[in-house]
Amino acid sequence: MIPYYARFNKVLTIMSLSTDDVKKVARLARLAMSETEVEAAHSQLSGIFDLIAEMQAVDTTGIEPMSHAQNVTQRLREDMVTEGNQRELFQSVAPQVEAGLYLVPQVIE
Amino acid sequence: MTWEIVIGLEVHAQLSTHTKIFSGASTAYGAEPNTQADAVSIALPGVLPVLNKGAVERAIRFGLATGAHLAPRSVFARKNYFYPDLPKGYQISQFDLPVVGNGQLTIQVEPLSGNAKPYEKVVRITRAHLEEDAGKSLHGDFHGMTGVDLNRAGTPLLEIVSEPDMCSAAEAVAYAKTLHTLVRWIGICDGNMQEGSFRCDVNVSVRRPGEPLGTRREIKNLNSFKFMQQAIDYEVQWQIDTIENGGKVQQATILFDPDSGETRMMRSKEDAHDYRYFPDPDLLPLEISAEWIEEIRANMPVLPIKRRIAFMSENEDAYKAYCIKLRQDITIAYNQVMYGLSEYDATTLVSSKELADYFEACVTVVGQENAKLCANWVMGEVSAQLNRDGLDITQSPISAQQLGSILMRIADGTISNSGAKEVFRIMWAEEGGEADAIIEARGLKQVSDSGAIEALVDEIIAANADKVAEYRSGKDKLFGFFVGLAMKASKGKANPAQLNEILKQKLAG
Amino acid sequence: MFESSLKQLGAALRAKKISSVELTQLYLDRIAQLNPRLNAYITVNPEISLAQAKAADMRLAGGNTEALTGIPVAQKDIFCAKDWLTTCGSRMLHNFVSPYDAHVISQFNNAGAINLGKTNMDEFAMGSSNETSHYGPVKNPWDQARVPGGSSGGTAAAVAARLCAAATGTDTGGSIRQPAALCGISGLKPTYGVCSRYGMIAFASSLDQAGPMGRSAEDLALLLNTMAGFDERDSTSLRRDKEDYARDLDKPLNGLRIGLPKEFFAEGLGSDVAQSVEAAIAEYRKLGATVVEISLPNTRLSIPVYYVLAPAEASSNLSRFDGVRYGYRAPEYSDLADMYEQSRAQGFGEEVKRRIMIGTYVLSHGYYDAYYLQAQKIRRLIAQDFTEAFRQCDVIMGPTSPSTAFKLGEKGDDPVQMYLSDIYTIAVNLAGLPGMSIPCGFGANDMPVGLQIIGNYFDEARMLNVAHQYQLATDWHSRAPQAL
Repeated sequence: MIPYYARFNKVLTIMSLSTDDVKKVARLARLAMSETEVEAAHSQLSGIFDLIAEMQAVDTTGIEPMSHAQNVTQRLREDMVTEGNQRELFQSVAPQVEAGLYLVPQVIE
Repeated sequence: MTWEIVIGLEVHAQLSTHTKIFSGASTAYGAEPNTQADAVSIALPGVLPVLNKGAVERAIRFGLATGAHLAPRSVFARKNYFYPDLPKGYQISQFDLPVVGNGQLTIQVEPLSGNAKPYEKVVRITRAHLEEDAGKSLHGDFHGMTGVDLNRAGTPLLEIVSEPDMCSAAEAVAYAKTLHTLVRWIGICDGNMQEGSFRCDVNVSVRRPGEPLGTRREIKNLNSFKFMQQAIDYEVQWQIDTIENGGKVQQATILFDPDSGETRMMRSKEDAHDYRYFPDPDLLPLEISAEWIEEIRANMPVLPIKRRIAFMSENEDAYKAYCIKLRQDITIAYNQVMYGLSEYDATTLVSSKELADYFEACVTVVGQENAKLCANWVMGEVSAQLNRDGLDITQSPISAQQLGSILMRIADGTISNSGAKEVFRIMWAEEGGEADAIIEARGLKQVSDSGAIEALVDEIIAANADKVAEYRSGKDKLFGFFVGLAMKASKGKANPAQLNEILKQKLAG
Repeated sequence: MFESSLKQLGAALRAKKISSVELTQLYLDRIAQLNPRLNAYITVNPEISLAQAKAADMRLAGGNTEALTGIPVAQKDIFCAKDWLTTCGSRMLHNFVSPYDAHVISQFNNAGAINLGKTNMDEFAMGSSNETSHYGPVKNPWDQARVPGGSSGGTAAAVAARLCAAATGTDTGGSIRQPAALCGISGLKPTYGVCSRYGMIAFASSLDQAGPMGRSAEDLALLLNTMAGFDERDSTSLRRDKEDYARDLDKPLNGLRIGLPKEFFAEGLGSDVAQSVEAAIAEYRKLGATVVEISLPNTRLSIPVYYVLAPAEASSNLSRFDGVRYGYRAPEYSDLADMYEQSRAQGFGEEVKRRIMIGTYVLSHGYYDAYYLQAQKIRRLIAQDFTEAFRQCDVIMGPTSPSTAFKLGEKGDDPVQMYLSDIYTIAVNLAGLPGMSIPCGFGANDMPVGLQIIGNYFDEARMLNVAHQYQLATDWHSRAPQAL
């Protein structure tokens, strides 16, 4: 059986992904990756971007981008306090807190 | 070789809403850490933003106050980056379609060099958009770790971006001050710079005349006008020196250190910023109806610039001419009176709406013809006392009406200026009292009886025959000596104008 | 008792033939017995469930009841439920006891339903086989060597194996419909905005929608009555009049126009699946429906569009998992950046990381227009295809999935193969339309086949009517897996 999707053409791949791109993206996304993982991710992502490339051939001139499923506008909230102090409850699931603060490794500006 | 300085400002004004921009947590300043960090503020999994109407309303007020374009439809985007004070890993802001665009602000610049004259300038406002504030990182003693307080996270901000229209530190400071007055005037921001309610980022570059714009460096988070001035001066000189020494200015974000008076590079984030903006799928397009705008417009106060113009104008024709010069519409608020004050007085009196209101309330009591007297007192005694006691005009122990009742007695000659100061001092200390009663009780009424003054002057002339002779032989300067003696003899109560006249007459012989 | 409909259970509870505590205990016992084999639940908490059951019994005694009062319902572990471990199938949330209730959870609580436990799922709902869960794969009750589908695979398996009376799922690209099809149960993804997303851990915000999964369309109607409703805490929740989704169940189907998209019956559709779906269409003709061929010309583009938009939104939605305020923090790190990178690398599984990478890339500087914006534009074209189609028909029908349940591990190494199996379901999410899947037979290896029914916006009541009439005429939905 030839799958339906076999008809996907690899049209107009806008560019091929390099391992440097993979590293840069991993860095932006704050995901630690070993060299081996970078290699593996590179080959898998390349396959996915080939799949995505199908989209590039479509003429979308004059089409308005669709961000939302419904054509509705933002509802506004009245400026009234509805939330009380729940620090103790919320911090009961935190990795590290002290004196009501969330602790993280030192931030240097 | 001359240099041109190019400056643009980005101001973050915290909006004075009760609650956060996307949740119902309080924004009150100074709470215990994380006690106002609700589920949305700490970005628990699954929580969602809902936009605060009060924040949008304040943005609209700002747009109306700066003659800006109000976008009928604007969009919220996500600005993605990781930082401990940014709980979602993205900041909700406006990117492509801000709520306010293309405004302007007229500023009065007091040049710093002594002999240059003050001038007016129109600064263009590129845009103003709504966004959320981040939390705070506290570098206390937590075993070498940083503490994160998310109370501030989600506080609504209006980021006001100017065109690079300013060409000196004085202009930048004038713009920042005018903006600072405006946001308080229209009630959208408390302007408290120590608490971070009004924070300025300043973009500075230099170029030789006629050349394209130079590379800019951004001075972050200036929280006082004095520091802004110092930071810009230092930075401009640094850039000029760098270029003149053959170096190149690199685009950078820098901080001003008030202790050293120098700017320094921020430790650069390890990778280049790539904020990956995209429309926030959790928020829908914000639509602002014409009806809503009109409703808000109807409740806007008269703007400081229009009040200032009225304060400086002798009459309505002068007012209209000023309006046109400063690119303002020429409408006059229904109860607006013209005062004909100096430009300096007018500018000072509109430094806050409360001060302008105080002044006008005082004039209402004393009369339009005494506007200058009122201005002098409001800017003199009242301001000095407030300063000394660390109060603002709304906390003045003497109301505008009470001040008016004192000044009335100067105007009608009942008391002298120094007598009035005495009444003022007493009222201030006792936080009230009735001017006439104080004048009576303390015997501060001037002696305006010419017979009594004449008798007093006669006695002095008789007792100082030698000095009188010297005076009459041409030593005019001695006149003051006689005034002094006479005032002393009257225990300060003689009407000074009357005394002068009688003295002059009698000394002439 | 395990074969009773929700309506029958409700009647039994109200008639005091059984108490909610007894009913809940029956299910808890069955879970204890069968879950080790199926791994359908991540968390059961008999203490909380029975306390809720006790409260429900008091309410039943007082007579102040709703349709679901006292009925044990399982919740997909994507819904935050106060005091419940809420993991979203991820190590990242392995210790996250939710401090609050999702709107959907509150709706069930208010109705007096019992939270029977949290069902297994693909990690952060990213997957079509339930193999990406940190808590191990779920087994298909019809054949334990096969996958239950995903991402609501735990729910689908639990319903099919009678480990709950009914349950919830969420659907971003087919995550309710596909596992429903693969496990031989019924599932409905409502119109985007009908169920609040508040407290439902976000995958792709503009596509995510919660919905009911159960053994029949009639059960789904009762569940949706409880789940749906305006919620002011979700800006995308739609303010609409309360409706009774069961109101049209009994309407005859005379004159119903069924659209069959030719693109759904082209190459790539398994012949066994095609056969069952065609038989179901034949049954509908018997019930008085007419059939019209329609076209959804951009169907094939829905996969690339989806695999740009969903990862883009996900990459941003998952940034909050940084080891600072909750969830997993790596035990060792050198500095702040390393703490983020190690916590996220160790806390997220491979598929989640892959999608974060895709999403980060397509949003990054220089690629936004070519990928993200282009995908949003084609998304509109896809939505317009449906608008056009619904001029010619009342509902659209076709297969839910190109094949029946595949074997565990079969597609493990090739994400592209996995993504392509979502071909018939994704477009519905892109358009924001309601879609459902109901059992319509058995294909190769005697595995269940699902019939997909796509409705126009807010046409859930009609879809449930269409499904219910079929279920009155057939018995595919009442078949239970015997392998257990």
